[in-house]
Amino acid sequence: ASVSESLGNIRPWLQKVTTQAKTTDSKYFTTTRKGEIFELKAELNSERKDKRKEAVKKVIASMTVGKDVSTLFPDVVNCMQADNLELKKLVYLYLMNYAKTQPDKAIMAVNTFVRDCEDPNPLIRALAVRTIGCIRVDEITAYLCDPLRKCLKDEDPYVRKTAAVCVAKLHDIDPLLVEEQGFLDALKELLADSNPMVVANAVAAITEISDSAQTDTAADMLCWSGQLINKLLTALNECTEWGQVFILDAVANYTPTENNEAQNMIERVSPRLAHANAAVVLSAVKVIMKLLEMLDPNSDFVLSTIKKLSAPLVTLLSSEPEIQYVALRNINLIVQKRPDILKQELKVFFVKYNDPIYVKLEKLDILIRLTSAANIANVLAELKEYATEVDVDFVRKAVRAIGRCAIKVESAAERCVSTLLDLIQTKVNYVVQEAIVVIKDIFRKYPNKYESVIGTLCENLDTLDEPEARASMIWIIGEYAERIDNADELLESFLEGFADEQTAVQLQLLTSVVKLFLKRPTDTQELVQQALSLATQEADNPDLRDRGYIYWRLLSTDPAAAKQVVLAEKPLISEETDLLEPNLLDELICHIGSLASVYHKPPAAFVDGRGGGQVAKATKGLPSRLAAEAGGAAAAAAGAGGGDFGAGTGAPGRPAVSVIPTQESLIGDLLDIDMSGGATAAAAMAAASASTNQQPVDLLGEGLDSLLGGPAPSATSPVPPSGASAAAGGSGADSLADIFGGLGGGVGGGLGGGGGFDPPMETWLPAQKGKGLQIEGRFLRRGPQLSMELRLRNNAMQQLNGFAVQFNKNSFGLAPAQPLAMNPLAPQQSVTTLLPLNTKGPVQKMDPLLTLQVAVKNNIDIFYFACLIPMYALFTEEGDMDKRVFLSTWKDIPPENETQFNLGSYAHDADTASTMLRSFNVFTIAKRSVESTDMLYQCVKLTNGILVLAELKIVPQTNAYTLSLKSRHVEIYPGVHEAYLAVLKG
Amino acid sequence: MIGGLFVYNHKGEVLISRVYRDDIGRNAVDAFRVNVIHARQQVRSPVNMIARTSFFHVKRSNIWLCAVSKKNLNAALVFQFLYKMLEVMGSYFGKINEENIKNNFVLIYELLDELLDYGYPQNTDTGVLKTFITQQGVKSQTKEETTKITNQVTGQIAWRREGIKYRRNELFLDVVESVNLLMSPQGQVLSAHVSGRVLMKSYLSGMPECKFGINDKVIVESRRAADSSSAAGATKSGHIAIDDCQFHQCVKLSKFDTEHAISFIPPDGEFELMRYRNTKDISLPFRVIPLVREIGRTKMEVKVVVKSNFKAVTKVEVRIPTPLNTSGVQVICMKGKARYKASDNAIVWKIKRMGGMKEWQLSAEIDLLNATDKAKKWTRPPISMNFEVPFAASGFKVRYLKVFESKLNYSDHDVIKWVRYIGKSGLYETRC
Repeated sequence: ASVSESLGNIRPWLQKVTTQAKTTDSKYFTTTRKGEIFELKAELNSERKDKRKEAVKKVIASMTVGKDVSTLFPDVVNCMQADNLELKKLVYLYLMNYAKTQPDKAIMAVNTFVRDCEDPNPLIRALAVRTIGCIRVDEITAYLCDPLRKCLKDEDPYVRKTAAVCVAKLHDIDPLLVEEQGFLDALKELLADSNPMVVANAVAAITEISDSAQTDTAADMLCWSGQLINKLLTALNECTEWGQVFILDAVANYTPTENNEAQNMIERVSPRLAHANAAVVLSAVKVIMKLLEMLDPNSDFVLSTIKKLSAPLVTLLSSEPEIQYVALRNINLIVQKRPDILKQELKVFFVKYNDPIYVKLEKLDILIRLTSAANIANVLAELKEYATEVDVDFVRKAVRAIGRCAIKVESAAERCVSTLLDLIQTKVNYVVQEAIVVIKDIFRKYPNKYESVIGTLCENLDTLDEPEARASMIWIIGEYAERIDNADELLESFLEGFADEQTAVQLQLLTSVVKLFLKRPTDTQELVQQALSLATQEADNPDLRDRGYIYWRLLSTDPAAAKQVVLAEKPLISEETDLLEPNLLDELICHIGSLASVYHKPPAAFVDGRGGGQVAKATKGLPSRLAAEAGGAAAAAAGAGGGDFGAGTGAPGRPAVSVIPTQESLIGDLLDIDMSGGATAAAAMAAASASTNQQPVDLLGEGLDSLLGGPAPSATSPVPPSGASAAAGGSGADSLADIFGGLGGGVGGGLGGGGGFDPPMETWLPAQKGKGLQIEGRFLRRGPQLSMELRLRNNAMQQLNGFAVQFNKNSFGLAPAQPLAMNPLAPQQSVTTLLPLNTKGPVQKMDPLLTLQVAVKNNIDIFYFACLIPMYALFTEEGDMDKRVFLSTWKDIPPENETQFNLGSYAHDADTASTMLRSFNVFTIAKRSVESTDMLYQCVKLTNGILVLAELKIVPQTNAYTLSLKSRHVEIYPGVHEAYLAVLKG
Repeated sequence: MIGGLFVYNHKGEVLISRVYRDDIGRNAVDAFRVNVIHARQQVRSPVNMIARTSFFHVKRSNIWLCAVSKKNLNAALVFQFLYKMLEVMGSYFGKINEENIKNNFVLIYELLDELLDYGYPQNTDTGVLKTFITQQGVKSQTKEETTKITNQVTGQIAWRREGIKYRRNELFLDVVESVNLLMSPQGQVLSAHVSGRVLMKSYLSGMPECKFGINDKVIVESRRAADSSSAAGATKSGHIAIDDCQFHQCVKLSKFDTEHAISFIPPDGEFELMRYRNTKDISLPFRVIPLVREIGRTKMEVKVVVKSNFKAVTKVEVRIPTPLNTSGVQVICMKGKARYKASDNAIVWKIKRMGGMKEWQLSAEIDLLNATDKAKKWTRPPISMNFEVPFAASGFKVRYLKVFESKLNYSDHDVIKWVRYIGKSGLYETRC
């Protein structure tokens, strides 16, 4: 019977299944299912072949709609021996789904698999090896090795290409097995296979394995060499489109050692730009973008290559909308990195009426990035058109874009403002609000130029219901209070609803009222009083209250100073907004075409790796120009960490980026220093070693001086900490001082907090055992001094005296620093005493590690007890270290030492947590925010010198804390984990 | 790479679910249904992250095709693959709809097994797939046959099988251009581009090597530079400047890059040889001149003039959008038929035989219901046109297509060749 015929019979049945799946009446659902399963069982065991096949198909259909048909496992496996290929495929499909739940029964299938791997038909051999790799059952995996080895050397390319992928599957199940069995070598041999598809699949498998390689040997082995890359580029011509993508993605991971090599690679990759497959094109763009970094930006070759890139990118915009979307997200990155590529192509980013909304929004973003004085007229006309569309988000973005145009192109500012005023006249609520927000920014860019429009803005006060728009309007009123006659009335009307406003609006309102008062003190005294009392007495928000008090004190002590502070001239806002942080941009350029480039997030932010260990390893950076080629050797060395550093230290031909880095991003920069390429690593290591010898503050001072003082660091002088100094290049001294001021402040605060919390006393020796002596105690750390606090209570009927204490050998060599000083203890009396400890005692590893055996002697007897030293008591004050040292230490520790703990969730945010931990000598070395997830990099030094590096990940919405620990001594992890828990629980 | 692939109907019921990787659980199937298909607010991106799992989707009529992954995979590849899969399924069982998918679910599973291995796309060429995945069940194959299949699936020329024979060697070339225009109401061209495709149907025996020549400036000039013996400067015009072109995977890209020669061994049957894009010197076949006047709050007057700028007779359709609160329309047109279609909110004006170099006018009075402020604002969508003209608006010309087959004894002269040019309207819009 033909397949289509038999499928016809299934159809009504499948429909029944799907409609059943929809109902939520589970009772009904189970009862019918029971009958059905029974029926299927009978059919699977039927004598007739066609009936069995039919039944397997039904089983697969049930499986698809989510029914549990695992109970039929033995019956389905029975059908496996069939010589019908189609049936075999279905049975295999079933096996892949259910083998995991029935491992012992899955064994039954092993023989068939092994036999199929030797079948004369290559299609069946391949099918078997393809399936067996998907069955994640340990017992079966063991049987897989021999057939797989044979298949890797099979005479048929179809089998070999399937086996290549199977190695990757096996590696995912058991990486060590793959290494032990030498499959990595076999895979590498396949790279030289005569068949292009085998090569492509081997490349894909190797790329995947090296991304998750467990040991360094494996990683080293799979490292691409120049020779190998050369071979792959040759194979590129003969591969399928998908194979070309695999190869190009692998090539993108390779950094050539010479300029000629880079140039050669670009030449060989660029024909791919004409491929019909968008993935091939984007991957080729990725390779080229990365290699271009290495070459002299002014050379003819680079210029002509850049020219070549634009047409293919534009062409991507005539593909399907989803592919357009991916392309646009990538173009957004490319335009930020190399604005020249597409500057002539403005028009292709004009929005079409029928574009899906996601394409529209992205096009708009790019349109603004490409705007310049030359094309502003066209852009403005377009934006005006967009502002009348229907989609609210799109319209808002268009309005905002008009504001950005005004800020970017000064000559057009006036036209932009008048366009915005036209839009305000439309009275469409969200358009008005958005326009007011951007007009505020325009005021900040061009003060005292467009204030004539304030009147129009004030007409729309009543319609503003969004906090951002209200805050903007209030800011405008405060800033220009002297020109608005009824500014006091306006602010007063806002003040009436003060309590209902959002914090941003409240803060703005407070500031604006103070500004008004300073400008018109005579008639606004009452208003300012009212605002200050609202902020300081009624409000719960600490920020608001603090700001209120600051103003209050300022105004009451020295109004002249207040004027200087509050009405001081402000710096202008920068032209380019919404730029990605340069280091992130560089990383994303290395991920063009991939999901990271779509999300504009580093892969670590959304891929579940093995915790923080991947931070250093997985982060990709752009290669830098080779030192010999660059203009100044010193500049290149300092800039080696990433393309952008070069900009800061004045590499020729590239404008400095004037984005003010935030504290987080700066520290992010420090941690992200990429170690790709020999020169880079050397520079970073030099910086790291330099910093270990000096106080960090000094270092920064030096770096700063050398930057600001004008003369570029000479080649012979020690390399300044490139991350900090270069990032500061654009922003100047103030921001740097701020940043480190902020950091220092945080640390200082932590120190001030001192002892933090003290653990409760534990009963170590109950009175029954101590013949009337009860001992409670705890471990305390006051500054550098570790001590044991003991509370002794005399429950006996006689006086106790002659106290002495002794510790057994313990893991950390704790010993009393002085004898126990105790007066005689009268009956029913209790005394608390502090016993200072040192760590000079004899060391013996205990089990559990933190056990401390104590002997206490008095006039009655000697008593023994054991207590657990809390790990945090052993954290010393020397835990702080420089960021680069941290980074290199982190890398030095083998990745398998890393362990992750889930700490549960806590209410505190990252800064509070950091402060809390600081009081226990857990030093936060750096903080980084990756897409709203806070990462704290922390270090702890134990009394015996063991370093523990930690990465604390805090997801703000859920407040889930994840801790990754890295140390050479894994035994201490449980203790550190406990300590974290104890501290965080407070 | 791709961790799993799901197909849903419009209600969100799963029709096909194939998981390739262990990190994708059964709950992923539901996550997409709940968060995207059943989402209260329309999902506004083709890529969505739900619980650290990324979902890529493409929608065809009522069918959702969704790929899932937890890795940082190549996003362009995923979408390109999803479209390829639609193409493959389409060529196996026609229209992609719920019924066809249910009817062919075993076949689809079989295809998915072959198209992706561990989430890596493998051979996706329909012609090749059809040699060993058939709807008729697999016939027992001899050893030679299976080796032939596997060689072809993995081979260098994966898109063509050996031993093809035709009594008559014939090939058809269709140059299909879609002309896109966005014009301001004042008649200024805001953007115009042609995206062209060269479709080829080849019925050629053996493994023929083809050489394709077009009148692209770059190609022609480099050719001339290459063989200086030819009469230099004989032809001066008639060349066009193509912005960019892309080729079917059979075209040897490295050869194109170095020698500007388009040479290839074609797949058997129909395929898209080349795609190109052109923005310069486009001869726009039609111009639309709109004039919209709002008379008070309840009346509008629309005048539209259509001009043809070429010499041929064709059929055209002009769609003039009307506001949502239209209550009645009176149309007068000099030629063709014009009707107000309330369901489309547009006046549709069809002219069956639009002569060359002609100009026709339509005028309409639109009555509006008294619009309250709360009624949705009308955004004046652009006036669009549909047409098909028998020439290439970009000026694209096929100069030659030569066929060489060294092993079989037929020469280039024996091949019957057909060339046709079609210019279609893409988004051909004039703002009003």
